[in-house]
Amino acid sequence: MTKEKDNLLQEVTGSDYKYGFVTNVETDVIGKGLSEDVIRLISSKKEEPEWLLEFRLKAYRHWLTMKMPQWAQLTIPEINYQDIIYYAAPKQEEKKNWDEVDPELKATFDKLGIPLNEQKTLAGVAVDAVMDSISVKTTFKEALAERGVIFCSFSEAVKNHPDLVKKYLGSVVPYNDNFFAALNSAVFSDGSFVYIPKGVRCPMELSTYFRINAAKTGQFERTLIVAEDDAYVSYLEGCTAPQRDENQLHAAIVEIVVEKNAEVKYSTVQNWYPGDKQGKGGIYNFVTKRGICRGENARLIWAQVETGSAITWKYPSTILKGDGSVSEFYSVAVTNNHQQADTGTKMIHIGNNTRSRIVSKGISAGHSSNSYRGKVKVVKNCQNARNYSQCDSLLLGDKCGAHTFPYLEIENPTAQVEHEATTSKIGEDQIFYCNQRGISTEDAVGLIIKGYAGDVINKMPMEFAVEAQKLLQISLEGSVG
Amino acid sequence: MLDIDKINNDFAALFEQGREMLREGQAKIIDEKREQAFRQFRTLGGIPGKTEDYLYTNLLPVLSKDYNVVFKYIPQDVNLHDVFQCTVPELATDPVLTVNGWYFAGNKKLDLPDGVVICSLREAALKYPEMVEKHYNRYATAAEKDGFIALNTAFAQDGLFIYIPDGVVLERPVQIVNLLRAKADLMAFQRNLIIVGRDAQVTLLVCDHTLSHDSFFMNTVTEIYLDDNAHFDYCQVQNQHLSASQINSVFVSEHRDTSCDANIVTLYGGMVRNNFYVALNEEGGCCNLNGLYILDKKQHVDNFSYIDHIAPRCTSNEHFKGVMDDTSLANFAGCIRVRPDAQKTEAYQANNNLLLTDTARVNTKPLLIIDADDVKCSHGATVGQIDEEAMFYLRSRGISVAEAKMMMMFGFAHDIIRHIKLQPLRDKIDALVESRLRGEFSKCHHCALQCRK
Repeated sequence: MTKEKDNLLQEVTGSDYKYGFVTNVETDVIGKGLSEDVIRLISSKKEEPEWLLEFRLKAYRHWLTMKMPQWAQLTIPEINYQDIIYYAAPKQEEKKNWDEVDPELKATFDKLGIPLNEQKTLAGVAVDAVMDSISVKTTFKEALAERGVIFCSFSEAVKNHPDLVKKYLGSVVPYNDNFFAALNSAVFSDGSFVYIPKGVRCPMELSTYFRINAAKTGQFERTLIVAEDDAYVSYLEGCTAPQRDENQLHAAIVEIVVEKNAEVKYSTVQNWYPGDKQGKGGIYNFVTKRGICRGENARLIWAQVETGSAITWKYPSTILKGDGSVSEFYSVAVTNNHQQADTGTKMIHIGNNTRSRIVSKGISAGHSSNSYRGKVKVVKNCQNARNYSQCDSLLLGDKCGAHTFPYLEIENPTAQVEHEATTSKIGEDQIFYCNQRGISTEDAVGLIIKGYAGDVINKMPMEFAVEAQKLLQISLEGSVG
Repeated sequence: MLDIDKINNDFAALFEQGREMLREGQAKIIDEKREQAFRQFRTLGGIPGKTEDYLYTNLLPVLSKDYNVVFKYIPQDVNLHDVFQCTVPELATDPVLTVNGWYFAGNKKLDLPDGVVICSLREAALKYPEMVEKHYNRYATAAEKDGFIALNTAFAQDGLFIYIPDGVVLERPVQIVNLLRAKADLMAFQRNLIIVGRDAQVTLLVCDHTLSHDSFFMNTVTEIYLDDNAHFDYCQVQNQHLSASQINSVFVSEHRDTSCDANIVTLYGGMVRNNFYVALNEEGGCCNLNGLYILDKKQHVDNFSYIDHIAPRCTSNEHFKGVMDDTSLANFAGCIRVRPDAQKTEAYQANNNLLLTDTARVNTKPLLIIDADDVKCSHGATVGQIDEEAMFYLRSRGISVAEAKMMMMFGFAHDIIRHIKLQPLRDKIDALVESRLRGEFSKCHHCALQCRK
């Protein structure tokens, strides 16, 4: 009995990062370093058309002129961009069906709990799995195609739907947008492509699972989601990486185009390897995510749970261009040990009667630093914009930091913009109340955090909500009491 | 328009040329700091460009004017005490005048309790070198990355010195009137040092006025040291004309159980930038900072604050409100910093803005940087219009739209004005704001010059 209990305890406390394993699949990697030749090599390996190569080179040349931005509340060790492998792909020949896929690969995604095997899926979630730089397998493709939904890897989309890719690539995040966007535009390897035609409600949740496996590599994927008029899609994204002592760079781009009356819901559970308790290793997660509500009454909803990465730097943002469009942003960011996060959102109100809502909950523990940075901009001709932002920070421990940096830029008198933020620790009275009722301090903290993050978790699709809840618990394990 | 490098080079050349004049008759300590500051200015690469702290402030247009700089005291051709009349006679203070950054030579000798010193900084540095050395340029280092502060230390030659000895309570408020009066466009620097001893109390009223129509660019730094259990009340009313620009930086260093209440009202001015740096160095410090800005035409007002909670158990409250009309621009940036050991901190910060026209703009940036866990910190910022429900309430009681709007705006502003402790001044500002909101008040109304009517 005692042993069983010990095991259980071991399982719970030892489960710091349960996705830290490495898969031994044969990988096709190119040499370290970045140059025009490397970009040409990536492009040729992927058999890309000329225009895409041009796009990459243009981005690369622009990137060379840029400097790494310094404004974030982060301490980033210098990154040697010549010491990174920009392309790594699990070797596999063209596979007709799932049984032929490398069993090691299958095992990896089984370990991660990703329902790639269609027969066994209960959830009915279509999955695109991206390992290192390459999309490994996309499920339910046929079922989706019946409705006209395109859900495939980015490289496939370039081959099969070049017009769509050409039309939308870089339309929301231009190649010269920022340092990491330029880098990504130059070397991006794969990612997901989603296209929902007019009036189609995507019958299932679409999901991409990103996995970094190979050592010394960077992952640079690109996601492009287009929802035509009256379409609807809910898209989920999850990320994990092996436990390594070195830092690995992840610089992704997500572009979302939402047309008239369409709705896109983008949920993320980000759990890249955060480094060990001393802050060694971990992923640098520098991501540019942006959506545009192009048509009237378009809706874009971001929901994210950020628990991983040594350093997170991401601001999923929305350009509210269509009249009456709506965007919401819900985020829980947890930092523990030596993690650093600078995350938030941007809401750019351009169309009339646009509305946005921001709910951000930060939890910091250990020696970590957690910042919210958000911008709400109402341009001059935008009438009746409405924004409400709420940013709360919870501090668990006296060595961590919680910071709030809201930027409100208002140029129209009809706008109504509100921002409020609080920072505090869990009240002693709250803990006392729970203790008094026989709930241990650790459980009480768990309960309070659950309630605190509940506003955000409730906005996630159910399967994700469960995972997110668990992640929260694991991330904060041992940080209390 | 000039570019920033040109401006920085001009400043550097000016310093090199004027070095001898700047040093003339100055105490050693001031000159030592002057040289240090100039080196710092060089190291920083000059005045701030588009840095985080000056994100929304474009100073190039005002700095591009061709200002004159004068490195010595120019006696005025009139007695300023006759020209300047305080519009709040009920205050019964003896005003201390400064002109173009210099202590006015014609100031009357004040009847002050023993030990209290109010004089020119230049004089104080020679007379009380130890005291000045102990405090001069010790607190302004909170903004060591701001080139304008370095510029002030490098160029300032005079200003006010106030010393309140331990245990002295000054019943009458000290009124400082900063006047600008010249015959050509002028750039000036002023440096004030205020030392409030243990258990001492003082109320300081600072009024900024212009007495001629030239363009001004004023760079003022005020350092305030509050010893244990000192109580300091500060009220500043900015009322200059539209081609006057100023960078007004106030540094407060608070110690055990001190309190600092500051109210700043910006009624007029072309480009006004207020920097407030408050350091809560020891336990029990308390700081209340309130600000009101009522802008129209092309005015640009920037309020920047940095409240540094260094010690545990300190409290700070900060509230800024503004009404923007015409094509005015208001920026607010407030930062509450809680250092790792500053447990039990309570800090609050709010910024509310009313925009009246399509062309008025506001940028607000309330920041919290918190590195201690047992704290209660919150902030809020709003930008909006007059509450419709409240309007409906008033309308349903038979009050006209215009009047209801006025009442609401006045209530909005009064929320800040009510913190002013000097009652005659509070009433006066209430009246000024009301007439201003009604559009009746113009700069000329109480101006000594009475020429633009």
